[in-house]
Amino acid sequence: MRKQNKGKKLLWNIAFVFVLIGLGFFIYRASLRINYSWNWRAVPSYIVYHSIKKIDSPVNGVVLGHSKDTLTIKSLNDKIIKLKVEHTKLKKGDKVGKNESVGFDSHYQAGPLLMGLIMTLKISLASIIMALIIGFITGLMRISNNPLLKNLAVTYIELIRGTPLLVQIFIVYFFIGTIFNMTRFIAGAFALAVFEGAYIAEIIRAGIQSIAKGQTEASLALGMNYFQIMRYIIMPQAIKRVLPALAGQFISLIKDSSLLSIISITELTKAGREVVSSTFSPFEVWFTVAALYFILTYTLSLLDGYIERRLAQDE
Amino acid sequence: MNENKEEFIITAENVCKTFPNGVKALRDVSLSVKKGEVVVIIGASGSGKTTFLRTINQLEYVDSGRIIVDGQDVTDPKTNLTKVRAEVGMVFQHFNVFPHMSVLNNVILAQTLVKKRSKKEAEEVALEFLNKVGIADKRDDYPGNLSGGQQQRVAIARALAMNPQIMLFDEATSALDPEMVGGILDIMKRLASEGITMVVVTHEMGFAREAADRIVFMDHGQIIEIDTPDNVFKNAKSERLRQFLSQIL
Ligand SMILES: Nc1ncnc2c1ncn2[C@@H]1O[C@H](COP(=O)(O)OP(=O)(O)OP(=O)(O)O)[C@@H](O)[C@H]1O
Ligand SMILES: [Mg+2]
Repeated sequence: MRKQNKGKKLLWNIAFVFVLIGLGFFIYRASLRINYSWNWRAVPSYIVYHSIKKIDSPVNGVVLGHSKDTLTIKSLNDKIIKLKVEHTKLKKGDKVGKNESVGFDSHYQAGPLLMGLIMTLKISLASIIMALIIGFITGLMRISNNPLLKNLAVTYIELIRGTPLLVQIFIVYFFIGTIFNMTRFIAGAFALAVFEGAYIAEIIRAGIQSIAKGQTEASLALGMNYFQIMRYIIMPQAIKRVLPALAGQFISLIKDSSLLSIISITELTKAGREVVSSTFSPFEVWFTVAALYFILTYTLSLLDGYIERRLAQDE
Repeated sequence: MNENKEEFIITAENVCKTFPNGVKALRDVSLSVKKGEVVVIIGASGSGKTTFLRTINQLEYVDSGRIIVDGQDVTDPKTNLTKVRAEVGMVFQHFNVFPHMSVLNNVILAQTLVKKRSKKEAEEVALEFLNKVGIADKRDDYPGNLSGGQQQRVAIARALAMNPQIMLFDEATSALDPEMVGGILDIMKRLASEGITMVVVTHEMGFAREAADRIVFMDHGQIIEIDTPDNVFKNAKSERLRQFLSQIL
């Protein structure tokens, strides 16, 4: 019985691989039909490219030698000048004139997509931190007995959840951002944080409320105060419980950050658009952009799995 | 009159409590407990035993009446409740140990936070009481790996480590497997003989008979009878108490 099951599973897994291959082939064939000429070769250079810089001599002089990427020149008035030059054809004793090329330097440079990815990472991180703070505070306000705090939290959460993120981004950028003179980056990160914060508040609230009342009562009976109970008893248990939901929210945030391209933040999506408009490879570029997003979100999801497993070891 | 009051460590006067759903859980309950006394509260399910016990450390607020604990009126909004609560240990039916901490840390935490003891001192005290309840060998385990009886021992050690003047027990053995009950009752009897003030809600009549100085019988939110174990079990005055005893004995 067991064995048979195993064999069947393997069969289905093989079928899965075939379906994937089939889908890939289908996309390829479909693109042939619209006369699309694939050009994957250029794609890596959108991520990193090898840049070559010509280097000119600043003075008239004589080459003393070249070692370890450094070219040493003695100028006519006996000044020793060291230049960083990786590749040169000059040898010791060669004469060089001012502004004459002495060789070139090459290095790897981040392409537009990688720059975009880094921007996405930066703005997501900034916004996750803000969203966590907002979410924690409003989550606690939401379950407070004080009607002022509670109503404020409910109003915020309902307003945010009831309006589109894109519209919120416009409001924060054009209205709040203008009033407080925010940079594009801050306004963008803040808009995202305000949006995701509302969801995080609900996650935190649910997490706290899922911890049995007896935990709070036992802590109160020991003489602990509200802050101590939250800090040492409720939060550690609640966060552990809501970690998967929080990780999901962070993943949403990373994906939602693509909407910030609308206020001209050159994150991954905007970078993709720019590359597409200057090349003629929309398919390759968008597939690559998707893959880069996926790498970010999947890493996060692996990290979450790891932390959950670590935490599960206690208890 | 005044002199008499001094030796009472708990004084409840005309305590009334109605829950938001309309249930009158306490109707004019008055009870005084002397220092070192062991008072056992018995009564049918829903008679208000738990509710009354919880008003002593104000896990349940009262609608009217006063409760003086160790000279402090806990029903007065100006009273610093955390201070009074640190003097009153409580053991719950469902243990309520902290699942995310080792046994040792369960007992250490409130000592360091509330009593401001150093980590080292708190650990020494913790081990003393873990030893006392016979569970020091589990100090590094997490509660999830312990039996109910073992968890209740941890909960008792956690309360005792605060060196409380008063211990409240709310059906501390009701959620335990039968073979675990005896061990916990033995610990409670030992505590009773050591002179700590105890208010115990229990259905264990054997314990009440053996350990109680006085037994309080509650019914429908009222105290019907307060007397010594001998009198309660042999010459109960009220019909309701006799009925209750005949049902459970
Ligand atoms: N939080 C609450 N909200 C509403 N009603 C409650 C609440 N707690 C208790 N009650 C009601 O108050 C009454 C007294 O309850 P209490 O728990 O004090 O009884 P008890 O004597 O401890 O009973 P048991 O032996 O079953 O534990 C019961 O009718 C109960 O249903
Ligand atoms: Mg009860």
